[in-house]
Amino acid sequence: MEQLLSLFVQAIFIENMALAFFLGMCTFLAISKKMDAAVGLGIAIVVVLGLTVPVNNLIYQYLLADGALAWAGLPDVDLSFLGLISYIGVIAALVQIMEMFLDKYIPALYNALGVFLPLITVNCAILGGTMFMVERTYTFPESVVFGLGSGVGWALAIIALAGIREKLKYSDVPAGLQGLGITFISVGLMSLAFMSFTGIDL
Amino acid sequence: MKFMRNMLDKLEPHFHEGGKYHSWYSLYEAVDTIFYQPSQVTKTTSHVRDGIDLKRIMITVWLATFPAMFYGMYNMGFQANTIIAATGLDGAPGWHGAVIELLAGYNPDSIWDCFWHGAAYFLPIYAVTFIVGGFWEVLFAMKRGHEINEGFFVTSVLFALIVPPDLPLWQAALGITFGVVMGKEVFGGTGKNFLNPALTGRAFLFFAYAPDLSGDQVWTTVDAYTMATPLSIAAQEGMAQLQQQYTWMDAFIGRLPGSIGETSTLAILIGGVVLLAMRIASFRIVGGVMVGMIATALMFNAIGSDSNPMFQMTPAWHLVVGSFAFGMIFMATDPVSASMTDVGKWWFGGLIGVMIVLIRVVNPAFPEGTMLAILFANLFAPLIDHIVVRANVKRRLARV
Repeated sequence: MEQLLSLFVQAIFIENMALAFFLGMCTFLAISKKMDAAVGLGIAIVVVLGLTVPVNNLIYQYLLADGALAWAGLPDVDLSFLGLISYIGVIAALVQIMEMFLDKYIPALYNALGVFLPLITVNCAILGGTMFMVERTYTFPESVVFGLGSGVGWALAIIALAGIREKLKYSDVPAGLQGLGITFISVGLMSLAFMSFTGIDL
Repeated sequence: MKFMRNMLDKLEPHFHEGGKYHSWYSLYEAVDTIFYQPSQVTKTTSHVRDGIDLKRIMITVWLATFPAMFYGMYNMGFQANTIIAATGLDGAPGWHGAVIELLAGYNPDSIWDCFWHGAAYFLPIYAVTFIVGGFWEVLFAMKRGHEINEGFFVTSVLFALIVPPDLPLWQAALGITFGVVMGKEVFGGTGKNFLNPALTGRAFLFFAYAPDLSGDQVWTTVDAYTMATPLSIAAQEGMAQLQQQYTWMDAFIGRLPGSIGETSTLAILIGGVVLLAMRIASFRIVGGVMVGMIATALMFNAIGSDSNPMFQMTPAWHLVVGSFAFGMIFMATDPVSASMTDVGKWWFGGLIGVMIVLIRVVNPAFPEGTMLAILFANLFAPLIDHIVVRANVKRRLARV
């Protein structure tokens, strides 16, 4: 239990997907202009990561890993070369389902996220979560905690960035840096402050 | 004085639109307003509550750092002279030594000797910080057409006070450049940034040139002399060892090694009382930092740990060692990068207090956490405000 809690904290703060690994930058920069959209996208990412990482964990453990098909009488089969395509397939399917769900029940958020909702499919934070899970050979409970934790970390980062960008509306940025330029600088400065966690070993 | 006013008035047209020196207007305006009140007057119904303006606020903060600054200079010299006396060195090397010997000796008991020794190291750092930072400030002001702001006085003195005594001058120049340009000017100048510029500059140096900003060798001006800060003594050898070397009173008055301005909690609090009494520093932020620090420290005290001696550090010690007091009084209360709402200020301060103790205790990579804790809280200040405003809107809507 304690170990899972450490993993959760670690996924949120120490190994923050957005500010320590710089994964999922494209949506991170594009959807952080407004607080409400950022909160919505943050929740969407938490849901998608919290679902895809455990599902992919099951797929990896029982279908793809070396010797995983022993239960089917095929102990020598190693399907791990199919990893990437299976993971991305799972992610795409889940995002599609979520898109239909949002379209039906929360149309305001659906419209706010626009094209970036289908783009969650190729958000590197999502695939990155799964790849980290495979690389670090997490067990199923660990993968649930890791998926949720890294989702929460990413959501926290984008919500903080949205707050900062709402504040920066009142700033007077040089013409050449307006828009994305100053956002890149802000994100760099944010990750400087997030370095306060590097080195913590839970 | 009349003569000077006349002279400035005579020069003024040259700096206006169409004048010969229009691009230098911000520099003229800065000189003018140092000596005189701005000539603009309110055009509609007057709404002045108090004569205090940004300039007076900034100058007051600048003056409030003076106790810490002068004590810091004395203490730097005192630490160095004690080592020199104990190890039998000839004196300080290089041009620093020449400057020191010009007016003083190396006697640790003489206040003048210690003070002059510290000044010989601090003043060059401060001068470089001021000149290089001022250069960027003026350049941006002229190119972008905003006023030169006294906020820079504060940024430069704070930056110079939070670096180690041994800092190479080119690094001081680089750090303040990063702080002023990337931390403040790219956002449009004073009041428009979201991180504290002095801390941004120091954090940049801290990560880029770690050996010169951390470790055990940088805290005295004596070359290559290892002297651990109280925090790293406590982290590595435990509280018992720390209390054996320094009493709480030593730490409170500031007779220990550390960054230039951070050592004396007493001197910092003198400045802090002035700022709080004039309501320049928000008592809510300071209170929040204290509450957050005390609560977290007590929690760690209660949990206890066999392997990590920092768990035993009491709130009273957290207050006096490291840069806690300096960060709380001068950095956390920066009105630009802190939360703006009254409730938000408590949460903002609390977050800083919690993070400082958290980094000090559980992060083995950094013995001191004040700088990063404040930067971290700066990130969440707008979010805290947002939540407070939303909650307020909701509450008032419910009342309608």
